[in-house]
Order: sequence, then structure tokens, then C-alpha cells
Amino acid sequence: MKMRVLVMFALMGIATSGFAAAPGRAQQVAEGEKLYKYWCATCHGPGIGQNGAPYLPGETALRAKYKGAVPGLLHERTDLTPEFVKLFVRQGITIMPFFRKTEIDDQQLDAIAAYLTRNSKTK
Amino acid sequence: MATLPAGVSAADFNAAIAKFKAAVGEKNVFTSDEDVALYRDAYSPMWGTPQELLASAAVAPDTVEQVQAIVRAANEHKIPLYPISTGKNVGYGGSAPNLHGSVVLDLKRMNRILEVDDRRGFALVEPGVAYFDLYRHIQEKKLKVWIDCPDPGWGSLIGNSLDHGVGYTFGAFRDHFGSHCGMEVVLPNGEIMRTGMGALPGAKSWQDYKYGFGPYVDGLFGQGNFGIVTKMGFWLMPEPEAYQSGYVSVPKRHDLIALVDHVNYLEHIGLIGQPNYSSPLGRAQRNEPDLRALVGKAGGPSDDELDRFGAAKGIPSWEVELQFYGPARTVAANWEYARERIGASIPGTTFRDGHSYRFPMTEEQKAAVEHKVAVGIPAMSIFSIGARSELNPSPTDGHLWFAPIIPKTGEAVLESQRAFAKVYQEFGLNVGGIFQTPATWIYRAFVMIVGLPVSRSNKEINAKSMAAFKRVVEVAAANGWAEYRSPPAFADLVADSYSYNDHALRRFNEQLKDAVDPNGIIAAGRGGIWPKHLRGGRKA
Repeated sequence: MKMRVLVMFALMGIATSGFAAAPGRAQQVAEGEKLYKYWCATCHGPGIGQNGAPYLPGETALRAKYKGAVPGLLHERTDLTPEFVKLFVRQGITIMPFFRKTEIDDQQLDAIAAYLTRNSKTK
Repeated sequence: MATLPAGVSAADFNAAIAKFKAAVGEKNVFTSDEDVALYRDAYSPMWGTPQELLASAAVAPDTVEQVQAIVRAANEHKIPLYPISTGKNVGYGGSAPNLHGSVVLDLKRMNRILEVDDRRGFALVEPGVAYFDLYRHIQEKKLKVWIDCPDPGWGSLIGNSLDHGVGYTFGAFRDHFGSHCGMEVVLPNGEIMRTGMGALPGAKSWQDYKYGFGPYVDGLFGQGNFGIVTKMGFWLMPEPEAYQSGYVSVPKRHDLIALVDHVNYLEHIGLIGQPNYSSPLGRAQRNEPDLRALVGKAGGPSDDELDRFGAAKGIPSWEVELQFYGPARTVAANWEYARERIGASIPGTTFRDGHSYRFPMTEEQKAAVEHKVAVGIPAMSIFSIGARSELNPSPTDGHLWFAPIIPKTGEAVLESQRAFAKVYQEFGLNVGGIFQTPATWIYRAFVMIVGLPVSRSNKEINAKSMAAFKRVVEVAAANGWAEYRSPPAFADLVADSYSYNDHALRRFNEQLKDAVDPNGIIAAGRGGIWPKHLRGGRKA
């Protein structure tokens, strides 16, 4: 239940951080793209899945969850908020475990969130 | 305030934390609830219960000298440490300790690739190096070697091999512990030891010859708790010219016995890499209601009934994908030989060509490979199996791997299928069954692995999986089978199966533990080995 409440707040964009106006955002987005490709795109990027399945597991999962309402690829989404991204990285979801700070520290997570929300209409 | 390790005072814990901070810097010691929670086992069957195995804190060194300082402070204050490499051993414990309240020693920051030699065919790495990292290094430097990866590429070479992890190419490389050569270990007293030729000052063959001189002690550090491995060498496979796979299908259930013998011959003589078994008849259940009814009938179907159904529908009982690596000409010749050999022996066998690749591959060619790990490309696509999908709209939150070793024979497969299926049916678990084929990562044995579901929100699922796990371990042991690897919750139970001569092996390990780690600070409970002061709490 706690998780659901947090997801709801994140979706609503409550408690948004102010980094949209932070200096060096382009650099942060570029850094975030690199980190996203390293840590996330191996499941959430484009590509075929196990034994030739049409999509990688992350895209498969999000296509099944949202049934076309939003793109299955995270980097194509325009509805994400930084809080939403951070919530899933730090709490995981179904079989996706969470990531420790020795893997993705808070500054790097800010950069990943900046990359994934670079086109967001919800800020 | 974090959970304290049992028997450790707050004063000692705080003093140790202060020393850890002095060793690695404040920002690399994690004590807040929010940060320590990231060390939970995401697939814990005890999630959110008082039994969940939690860390008290975590400390992340960057150098071997920092590891030494941490170990010395831990000894001084009797703080249990639990080393992890990349912490991605999900299904077998993740980044959580075996002993509740341990301080996790997170080695992820030690991520240097120290050497890769593509003439002698080895790599020397630190614990934080993931398969993805070594692969990219090799690609960037255009080195002519392959790595052998487990399913998820985010794992550590060192961590995976120390848990006896496995991969997908040739047998000699699939055994990740068996293909290592040379270790550097921080011992429980804080000293640094190098094994094999590494014990020779100025050694020029640390990654070439495993044994050095005298007893070979490396095995103590795999699934053990006698030290912290800070460097490890691994042998690498030369990049082959070509890859070809081919599928062999046999009609009857008992044809599996001859099929396995032939495939074993091909593998053990060095003609094929990992064989992939499957059951076309098992897959046919999805579209064949009559078959589902037959399988579900009271007492289950006989082998003859299944053979009759398969014959009527033209569906083979078993299939195996053979994978050939080497020069293009010999790969083709070996596939031809395999067809001749098996076709002459098992009536009704059919063959079809599989995938064919030449190396090196372009990025586009790599992206099109369906089973990337078979050609040494690390990936995460295995998560396709458990992730949400059209066919799996309500995925679990993970699984417990039950991974029993059985002999590498068709008879053992058929026998174990039915023995395990009975347990899974009793517990209403949709795993295993009479079409289950063995995992073949291990060179000389089969693994009848299944994932028992876990949930972070439904404790009943976890309770059922835990009860089933316990029961199936007992059934395995009664049949002369046992697990090669275990989630922490079952380490004692599994270790208890290995009880020959009144647990002589465990008693020997305990004697070593007492001598090498008298304060019991390293990975208490790992491998079912507990320090003296904690043996009373053993869970089996």
C-alpha cells in the first residue's frame, strides 16, 4: 500500500525537485543518457528478448502494463517525473530489483531522471 | 537506528562504524535506514517479516588496503561482515547477508580491469567488475577473446564464480569457478594472501597455472567464509571463426536416455558447447487441450500414453540444440557427424539447422543474435522469463532458485522429473513437471532448476514456497541429489544434506573456520558454515 501511495504522488508530480532550472542541464541530460544506457537500457532499451522475443524484458513489461497508452520504451516517454523514475530505481518493481548507491549514486540518479524527463510535459 | 548484529554493543558498533568511515570516507559508509534498505534481498521469501535477513550498515571500500582496514576494525569490535561483489545474485540472496545484522562489505567500487591478455587468454579483475564491463573493455581494445557469461550480464565475474555460477559456451569456460586461475584474498586477520603461482614474489604465470605448489586452497573461498577475494584471474576462450547450431528431435520419452548419451559423447570429446534440451511435447500443451487433460489426470500419464499422443500428433518428446564453435569447415563437419551418429541410433530422429554466425560480428549482427550469451555477449534478456508480459500479466516479485544436481543421464532426468513434480503438485506450484528438461551449464552434471515464486505483498505465497523448498530439498536428498547453490534462508538445510559420516565435511569446515576466523567476522553462515559462537542458531 505504501508503495502505491508513493507511486501516486510521483505520478501527480508532487514534491517535484527544482533541477529543471539547474545550470548545466544539457550536460546532466547527456550524462544521464550514458548512465541510462549502461544501467537501464539492457532491459528497457530497444532490442530483441530471450530466444528472439520481440522486445527486451523492460519494454515487454511496460507494453503489457500500459497496453499502448504510453510508449513501451522509457526514453520515449513524455509523462515521467523525476520522482517517478527515482522511486522505481530505489524501490524496484516486480522482478526488477532496486539499485544501491554504490551502483547509482544520488547525483547519477538525478542525471538519469533528467534524461528520462527531458521531454516530459509533466514537470 | 539500524539493527545491531547479535551480541554487539552499540558502543562497539559505533566505534567500528567510525573506523570504517576513517578508512573509506564518510560517504562510503551507509547507515541510514533508507540507504541500508537498498541492501535487502529483493527476492527474499521473508520480506517484511521478523525473519528477514537484514544488514545493519554497509561499507564500500575502493582499495585492498581499505578492505584490510575494515577487516582489522571488524576483528577489534567483533563485527560480522558480509562481502558482496556487485550484489546481483538475485534468487540466491542478492546483497543481503546470511547473518541478520551483518555489515555488508560492498565491493562494487573496486571495479578495475587489471589485465586482459588475448594471447595467453586470461583476465585479472576486481570484484566490482561486471560481465558487461569486461565485455566492453575487450570490444573497445579489439581483443580476440570471448568471455563466458551467466544469464544476467550485470553480475560480477568474481561474485558469480565464488557462488559456483555458470555460463553458456564450452564446458571448460562455463564452470566459472573452474575456469578461474589465481586469487588475491584478504584473510580474516587482515593479511593479504595470493594463491597458486601468485604466492611466488614476482610470479610471471599467476593467471596461467592454478596450483602453484602445495595444497590448492582456492576452493575454500567459493561458497565459503574464509576470506575476502579482492582479485581473481579468469581464463578466456579464443574468439572462434564460426558458430553453427542444429536441432535434434527424438519421438519417445525414453529416447532421452540414448539422446543424452550421444550428446554427452559429443560434448565430452570437445565437439560441442552447451547443449540446450527442451520438450516440444511439453510446449504443445498450450494448444492441445487433450494433452493438458492427459497430463492432469489423476496419477499423471504413463510414458506410453504420452508416446501415443506424440506419435498421433507428430510431436517429438524431446529436442536438443547442439552448438558448434570453431573453424567454419570443422563446425559444418561436426554437425554432419552428429546427425549421422544420432540418426543411426535412434529411430524417428529428425534434424534441422539452427543459427549460423561468423566472427567478429558487426553491432547490427550482434543485436540480431537471439541467445546472446551463447556467443559470449552479456545481456539481461533472461528477465523476459519472469517479467510482466501478455502471457504473464501478474508477475511475481522474484523467485527462489531450487537447483539440485542430478547425474548427466536420461534416466536421472526422467526419475527426478516425477519425484520433484509430486512435491510441486502437492503444494499447487506450477513449476517443473514431467516435461522439465535439465539445465546443462555444469559440464559433468545436470541441474533440474526451478524458480519458486516470492512476493513482497503476499506472505502466503512466500510461506508456500518456503515449505515447498524445504520439502523438495528433503526429497532430493532421499534420492541422492542435492543443491549446488542456495538462497541464504536454506543454506543450513542444504548443507545439512551433505551429511556423510556424521557431517564430517561440515565439521572439517568448522575446524578450519575456528582456526582461520576465530572471531567469526567473515560471512557467518555462508555455505552453512557458522563460527563457533553462532553454531547453536543453525537453522537445520
